[in-house]
Amino acid sequence: MYGRKVKLRFFFVLLILATLALSVFLLIKSLEENVIFFKSPTEIKTLSEISKKKIRIGGMVKKDSITIISKEIKFIVTDFKNEINVIYSGVVPNLFAEEKGVVAEGYLKDKNFFLATKILAKHDENYMPPEVKAALEEK
Amino acid sequence: MASLIGSYSLSFGLFLSVFIIFFSVRNLRNTEILDKRIISFTFTQFFFVVLSFFGLIISFINSDFSNETVFNHSHTTKPLFYKISGTWGNHEGSLLLWLLVLTLFISIFLIKSSQQPKNYRILTLLFQQIIIIGFFIFLIKTSSPFNYIFPTPNEGLGLNPILQDPALAIHPPILYLGYVGSSIIFSSALAAMVTSHVSKEWAKHIKQWVLASWVFLTLGILLGSIWAYYELGWGGFWFWDPVENVSLMPWFALTTLLHCILVLEKKKILTSWAMILSIATFALSMSGTFLVRSGILNSVHTFANDPERGLFILIFLFTLIFLSIFIFIFFHSGKEKIENNFFWLSKETSILINNWFMMYFLSVVLIGTIYPIFLEVITANKISVGPPFYNKLILPFLIPFLIAMAIGPNLNWVKSDFKDKFYMMVFLTISFLLSALIIKQFDIKFLVNTILVTSAFFLFFSTSREFFVKRFKNLSQNIAHFGFSLLILSVLFNNIFSNEVITNLKIGETFKTEKFTINFENIDQEDEKNFKAIIGKFNIQYLDGSSDILNPELRIYNQPNIITSEADIKTNLFTDKFITMNYVQNQEYFNIRYQVKPFMIWIWISVLLITFGGSLSLFNKRYEI
Repeated sequence: MYGRKVKLRFFFVLLILATLALSVFLLIKSLEENVIFFKSPTEIKTLSEISKKKIRIGGMVKKDSITIISKEIKFIVTDFKNEINVIYSGVVPNLFAEEKGVVAEGYLKDKNFFLATKILAKHDENYMPPEVKAALEEK
Repeated sequence: MASLIGSYSLSFGLFLSVFIIFFSVRNLRNTEILDKRIISFTFTQFFFVVLSFFGLIISFINSDFSNETVFNHSHTTKPLFYKISGTWGNHEGSLLLWLLVLTLFISIFLIKSSQQPKNYRILTLLFQQIIIIGFFIFLIKTSSPFNYIFPTPNEGLGLNPILQDPALAIHPPILYLGYVGSSIIFSSALAAMVTSHVSKEWAKHIKQWVLASWVFLTLGILLGSIWAYYELGWGGFWFWDPVENVSLMPWFALTTLLHCILVLEKKKILTSWAMILSIATFALSMSGTFLVRSGILNSVHTFANDPERGLFILIFLFTLIFLSIFIFIFFHSGKEKIENNFFWLSKETSILINNWFMMYFLSVVLIGTIYPIFLEVITANKISVGPPFYNKLILPFLIPFLIAMAIGPNLNWVKSDFKDKFYMMVFLTISFLLSALIIKQFDIKFLVNTILVTSAFFLFFSTSREFFVKRFKNLSQNIAHFGFSLLILSVLFNNIFSNEVITNLKIGETFKTEKFTINFENIDQEDEKNFKAIIGKFNIQYLDGSSDILNPELRIYNQPNIITSEADIKTNLFTDKFITMNYVQNQEYFNIRYQVKPFMIWIWISVLLITFGGSLSLFNKRYEI
């Protein structure tokens, strides 16, 4: 009926389509679970519910707000409209400083309190994470 | 003066393109031999780019601050080595480096390709010229390294201190040799399609270029990753950061192409696929440049950026892709003889399986990298995609990938039987028992890890065995695959057995855990040429009575005013002990991170082995894959 060549081609096309479908499915599923959203303090204030998922917050570290209690570092992130308290125990990048931009990753406990698991390092002192820039520009 | 020469050389180099194109087009029709003038003009163009590049280096060495690039990225107190590496440690200079490598490679190509048909050589040159002209214009119009500042400042702004590092100083040149090497593959693939020269001979000839750029790209990625490990003090070597991914994507494409070329060389099948890969590799390299330079990528690594530059690269990139699609559709005849000798169990099938997985890994990284950009454009939601995403989508698929990699090289071309069934079964059993034993010792997810480690061990054993039985027939492939198994094993063990403590300590304080105590004994100060160093002394005592003294540093650079941490790492064959000390503003506490990272050095060694395997077949024809 059909030659071996045609069958082979047909099989290949089928296999490619199947892989594609599988990959797309896996990708979408994994994206749903592992994507981290970014919020500014103001956006957090307007949230209707507190999600248990990991998020990133960003803004400026408020002046005179950094304090250390043994293992933990406390500071306040502000976008000059709203602020949020952050508690963090982990590595602090050297460019982490008061009145500088910061991005922290972690969990939101309530609308005023954020438990950070990571503070993102940056390469250069003038660098402002785009999220922070956008959040600050909105004010 | 040097800047002036550099600047004129650039314009002159661009001007020479007119001649090269004129003579090339004329030479396409007449005579059988290549017009010597084309070669001389190409060399002259290369010479002028070199001149321009040296002009910039000399401006950097002399700290000529009337040059804007030098002013922005250098300082009189900077050590000579970093003055020189500052040349390509910035946007303008790194583009000049691109151009330098582009012109260097086409010159080498003209010398090395003398056995190839004349028109194929000329067309490769022409396509390469299109890329070269694009970069010339890009440099001169939007990012000239030779802009003047008047009045001349007395002092420059300095190079970001974390870039002042030997590994990162040589990282761009090595990486670009890989990146830009793909331009020759791209031009040559287009030329081969137009002249219907896609053949076994072409594959043999272009394989050298594929191998060379693959070796450099791998080395470049390795250097970047070593740098990130000790300089950023994050304690890891890969972060799935968009800027890192951007170099990994062409690597996937290039590795796939390398394997695909091997099939093409032997059997002249998969020609269309090889063409697509050649185009894709270069497109990925170019878009990498675009993404890093345009500021679109939301990354902690992002460098100085400018939307106008991004737009230029984007338009240029689309032109090139459009051109290649056009050529692919209208010139490439995909008529392959699929002979009736296609069998499931053969070397070519195993390479196809390799390609299949590679493409999957590539798409995962691609989507993880660009999905956030699209989502932000469409929904204004800002997101990031972290390591869990990649781990989840890549790790499980490594299992069949590794197994195919262990079996594939033992198969024959055309049709094969399972040879050495006995050995394979024995290896599989040993691998499984071994990994189950290791994993069981520790409190971690048993099932996934065991299977993963088993497959890595399996590859490890079967490639090790090859060294004894094959009499070096496939030595280079063998070394590379062996290196890969070592890499996977070290990465897995590194992930599973890593241990860390993060805390804040005052001078004199002690931190106790079950297994060790960290004493922060004191700090010292030292003045260096362009920074002040604060050196901490840490005494780490273990349960068995042994101890380590580690001295991490804080460096306070004066220009630019930046504090960096230098990790202190004690390396031995089995573990790295790693401590970093960070500064916390206005506090008497220091932020301390102590890490035990097993098998770190094996990660570097195995990647070196992989590249060594590649270079071996490049330099010694006897070991050809």
